[in-house]
Amino acid sequence: MTIAVDVQSISKQFVLRHTRSIKEAFVWIMKGRKGDLSQKFHALDGVSLQVHQGESVALLGLNGSGKSTLLKHISGVMLPDGGSVRTRGRVAGLIEVGAGFHPDLSGRDNVYLNGAILGMTEQQINERFESILDFSEIGQFIDTEVKFYSSGMYLRLAFSVAIHTDPEIFLIDEILAVGDEPFQKKCLDKIKELGDAGKTLVVVSHDLDLVSKVCRRGVLLDHGRVVLDGAVEDVVASMRGRH
Amino acid sequence: MATAELMTPGFGGGLRDVLRSRYLLRLLVAKELKVRYRGSVLGLLWSYVKPGVQFIVFWFALGIFLGMNRNTENYPIYLFSGIVLINYFNEALGNAARSIVGNGGLIKKIYLPRELFPVASVWVSAVHFVPQLVVLLIACVIGGWNPGPVQLAAAVAGFTIVTLLAVGLGLFFGAVNVYFRDSENFVDMLLMIATWASPVLYSWTMVRDGLFDAFGASTGGVLHTIYQANPLTIAVELFHFAFWMPTTTSPRTDQLQAVPPDILDLWTPIGIATAIVVLIVGQFTFRRLEGRFAQEL
Repeated sequence: MTIAVDVQSISKQFVLRHTRSIKEAFVWIMKGRKGDLSQKFHALDGVSLQVHQGESVALLGLNGSGKSTLLKHISGVMLPDGGSVRTRGRVAGLIEVGAGFHPDLSGRDNVYLNGAILGMTEQQINERFESILDFSEIGQFIDTEVKFYSSGMYLRLAFSVAIHTDPEIFLIDEILAVGDEPFQKKCLDKIKELGDAGKTLVVVSHDLDLVSKVCRRGVLLDHGRVVLDGAVEDVVASMRGRH
Repeated sequence: MATAELMTPGFGGGLRDVLRSRYLLRLLVAKELKVRYRGSVLGLLWSYVKPGVQFIVFWFALGIFLGMNRNTENYPIYLFSGIVLINYFNEALGNAARSIVGNGGLIKKIYLPRELFPVASVWVSAVHFVPQLVVLLIACVIGGWNPGPVQLAAAVAGFTIVTLLAVGLGLFFGAVNVYFRDSENFVDMLLMIATWASPVLYSWTMVRDGLFDAFGASTGGVLHTIYQANPLTIAVELFHFAFWMPTTTSPRTDQLQAVPPDILDLWTPIGIATAIVVLIVGQFTFRRLEGRFAQEL
């Protein structure tokens, strides 16, 4: 099978304490560089992961175990300190849906803006606009400024745009806090549909029941290392067993 | 679907990627323009009002109180043709330097060519430049402006120099600003200097004569060459050549001294070359620093 995502022993260090001004850095240099200007910790420590095309993988782990950082490396937002990340085909993230929304623009403008940010062409957005609108159930409010939307409407529209970007690899980070229960179910069905259509899915979620429904394979991260990689049921069971 | 190659994500093609994302760039510019004037009654009219008021203030203070109107023929046109260009540069660089930090929320979450943001800022400023140019053209036509192709080419060259310079410096300071927020204050200072360090309010002969008087012919000459090598100075002088000079008349204004005599054949190429070097350095710095934007913002 073709590999869609190839992560080779990547490491990422984060700096905990920052200097934010030249003055602080200057004082530090003048004092003979005594002490460490910053503390570091490993967010990812030699993580390797191969995902085949059409596979659906759940990244599991406690808060701060490096799941979201790994997703950001796959999407290209972050670059690793060591190791390499390679992906095949277009990657789109349902990472923090609505990041590209501007509250003062209308729903329609935001669909176009966010669609373009997520890599769609003008023609693609035009073609899919009706479908985006239908899926979001926003209806007549599409020409209202987004700041007047309820938080549910906002997320529904953002999710709808993201789901219509049609990439080869989908990165999904905690999106299922979207809207009310019927809409959540609709999103879930849509994600499953994408998986069945041969899209590669990488999902981060703390909702263990939900990921067992969507994904076949589970990868457990702990303090920036892969500790378990196998069938999602086993990984979920192991994770539950730990607490 | 399986035909695509394995690629490393997060390595963009720099400014070439901006060309490829023209549609997104257009939307970002449209967003900026829409958001800027939301809820304001005058809207885009503010782009006329602000430089207009600035012009009136300078004209009274410098033209009438300090007597520049007596020294320089058509001083209002002289003044305005420089001011519009400097205003464009100030707005473009000021916004571009803040654009990366300002769009941090997006840059942290989604990968896209980050050069888009400084470029979009400069573009928005270019849109604001248009109404100012219209005001300037009206003033020029009233003053009897009849430009030839050389004058028009000079105007385009001046605008190009400022644009390249603003994008280059915007990339540089925008990227540095992520690491050191001092950068935007430094830019503000730089912009204040830019207004006074180019012959916007005074004429270039005053600089030459002043420097010669103060430092003697040799040191003064070197200082004047340095002053003249500033690409903003060159751009402003090109605008004087294009807009103000055609409205002047022989007996009152010495046509050989109105702008530096070698402005077209010597200084314009130097200005364009400097601006291109600045752009390359800006892009290079940006590429070096952008890998850590997501974690530093």
